[in-house]
Amino acid sequence: MRNRSLLVLTAIAATGTLTLTACGSRAASGASGSSSASSATTVTIGVDAPLTGPLSALGLGIKNSVDLAVNTANKTNEVPGITFKIEATDDKASPQQGQQNATTLVADNSVVGVVGPLNSGVAVSMQKIFDNANLVEVSPANTNPALTQGPNWGTGTKVRQFKSYFRTATTDAIQGPFAAQFAYSTLNKKKVFLVDNKLTYGVGLVATFKDEFTKLGGTVAGQDHVTSGASDYSSTVTAIKASGADFVYFGGEYPDAAPLTKQLKQQGDKIPVIGGDGMYDPTYIKLAGTASEGDFATSVGAPVETLDSAKTFIANYKAAGYADPYAAYGGYSYDSAWSIIEAVKAVAAANSGKLPANPRQAIEAAMAQVSFAGVTGQVSFDQYGDATNKQLTVYGVKSGQWATIKTGTFTG
Amino acid sequence: MHELPQNLANGLFLGAMYGLIAVGYTMVYGIIQLINFAHGEIFMTGAFGALAVYSKLGAGVSIWIALPLMIVGGVATATLVAVLAERFAYRPLRNAPRLAPLITAIGLSIFLQQLVWGFPGNKSARVFPSLPGGPFHVGSVVFQSADIFVVVAAVLSTLFLAYFVRSTRTGRAMQATAQDPDTAKLMGIDTDKVIVIAFAIGAVFAAIAGVSSGLRYGQIEYNMGFLNGLFAFTAAVLGGIGNIYGAMLGGLVLGLAQTLSAAYIQYIPGMSQFGSQDWSGVWAFVILILVLMFRPQGLLGERVADRA
Repeated sequence: MRNRSLLVLTAIAATGTLTLTACGSRAASGASGSSSASSATTVTIGVDAPLTGPLSALGLGIKNSVDLAVNTANKTNEVPGITFKIEATDDKASPQQGQQNATTLVADNSVVGVVGPLNSGVAVSMQKIFDNANLVEVSPANTNPALTQGPNWGTGTKVRQFKSYFRTATTDAIQGPFAAQFAYSTLNKKKVFLVDNKLTYGVGLVATFKDEFTKLGGTVAGQDHVTSGASDYSSTVTAIKASGADFVYFGGEYPDAAPLTKQLKQQGDKIPVIGGDGMYDPTYIKLAGTASEGDFATSVGAPVETLDSAKTFIANYKAAGYADPYAAYGGYSYDSAWSIIEAVKAVAAANSGKLPANPRQAIEAAMAQVSFAGVTGQVSFDQYGDATNKQLTVYGVKSGQWATIKTGTFTG
Repeated sequence: MHELPQNLANGLFLGAMYGLIAVGYTMVYGIIQLINFAHGEIFMTGAFGALAVYSKLGAGVSIWIALPLMIVGGVATATLVAVLAERFAYRPLRNAPRLAPLITAIGLSIFLQQLVWGFPGNKSARVFPSLPGGPFHVGSVVFQSADIFVVVAAVLSTLFLAYFVRSTRTGRAMQATAQDPDTAKLMGIDTDKVIVIAFAIGAVFAAIAGVSSGLRYGQIEYNMGFLNGLFAFTAAVLGGIGNIYGAMLGGLVLGLAQTLSAAYIQYIPGMSQFGSQDWSGVWAFVILILVLMFRPQGLLGERVADRA
């Protein structure tokens, strides 16, 4: 009896798989064959981000921004004869789930490129799968330098890891030192207390900050690591107070940074907290209230208000009426999706207006030549797949709002 | 060491909050031997219930008028969720093998988190109002109004619970049910009602803890119940699961252990990398293991093996 039901199940599963495969091949033949007629070919841009869970606010912003890019491209007929659609997968910020999603996206022949993931840790589990299939992956948010330049990037041995991996986000290798120079030279603060939230992003940011800050001659009064989501930072705050530090450098996202700064200032230690792009969010000020006054955060690119393209993006995003805000990585996600669209356009143009039967390898090669004025500035990629846009901005909290303090480029 | 009084105070405030949550674990366990892993989420719904009341009141209302209403709102929400959970998730499994309700509890915990997450605006942390006044300085110790709130709430709640369990008819029925549910039933006690009351009291305490957590940290999140629930459960085991005073004591010991280990372990020669806040959870569990090795019934626990 048991065996028989197993048999039935297997049969159903097999039929299902066959049906799915059939669908896949039909889509593929459509992609290669029908474009000689004027009927549009549809290709898919995959999205992988945490759409549920604690980081879903950022993930949904990524998904919606890619959706906006795709709709814009379809509306303006950016690539004649080719229609784009998106396929969003939820990685729940888990490397295992990310890997499964990567396999699913690779198996779908209509997918020509993927935007994502959000977390550097998830990217590690996906890179190889995409690379084996020559499927382009553009991350709007991964900042860990090792993803593009290899594990020994710090010692100067930079090796491109995966030729299919690109990112529009600037790495921690630039952001941490930029903040260190700002604190040491501009603010004239020489004694730091370092705090991170033990996640890949925060730990990496603090490490690069510490290197540059001590090189400049600053001292580290103490260091602590907090548990993300714990909310009670009383012992860390007591340690910061006792250390007599001038300021705190925090590596992590705003949900952890806000209670830290709040508890610190409540205890009467009125020193600034400086953080990275994970802290640069209006919610930070909302959560920490007046305690956030005088804090600083660095973020990638020039300030949004100064770029016309960003204004258009924000206006279009609002007009599209998405339920969730575009969040910290919206502009980068839009640019990531657009870079794939540009690559598809280049491949189609070189192939008399239609895509070859399996365009993935050609698109991967075309990515290196992509260059356009995006939401976050000029978008193009260097020999490692990193964004060439290395401009950074320091923002400070002034009367309850992030104000631009200084824009610059980190060199060396 | 001059910051020792501050660290002791920090541990006390944190421990009082753990204790309030731990009461819910220990009461339910004492009566039906169920580890209600969804209790951390009851704590979370209490905080969100309070915030819902606050946002309905609008910004013009003084916090001193709003606070009692918020507590009522939080308590009502948490109690409703707990009673519904008991009725629809746990009662059908009352006589099922022990693992079934345990897994149901874990499932319920995930369900409640996603339910709250699904409300608009709940995808990232929400701002919770804070109490005016403070900071207060006593010697070298600095504390906030919300810290006083949590300590006062914990003391009052424990006194109330002690009175309730010892001196009221329902409280005695509860003790009888904990000792032997079948005999209690034969004596005319409505055990189903007693179990619902145990869930409800646990929820009331958790909601008060939820409000104090919001007041202290200024923000609440849909997943705030996970870590706090885990530590409160540890506190309940540490104090002797099934014993309500044990839950409070366990909470205080755990809170102190976390803050003191975070502050001082790093100064022991050769232990510098095992200090700081990231190891505080580890040291809390080391203490739990040590206590359970020498006193398997927990600090105040009395009976452990009378019903396996």
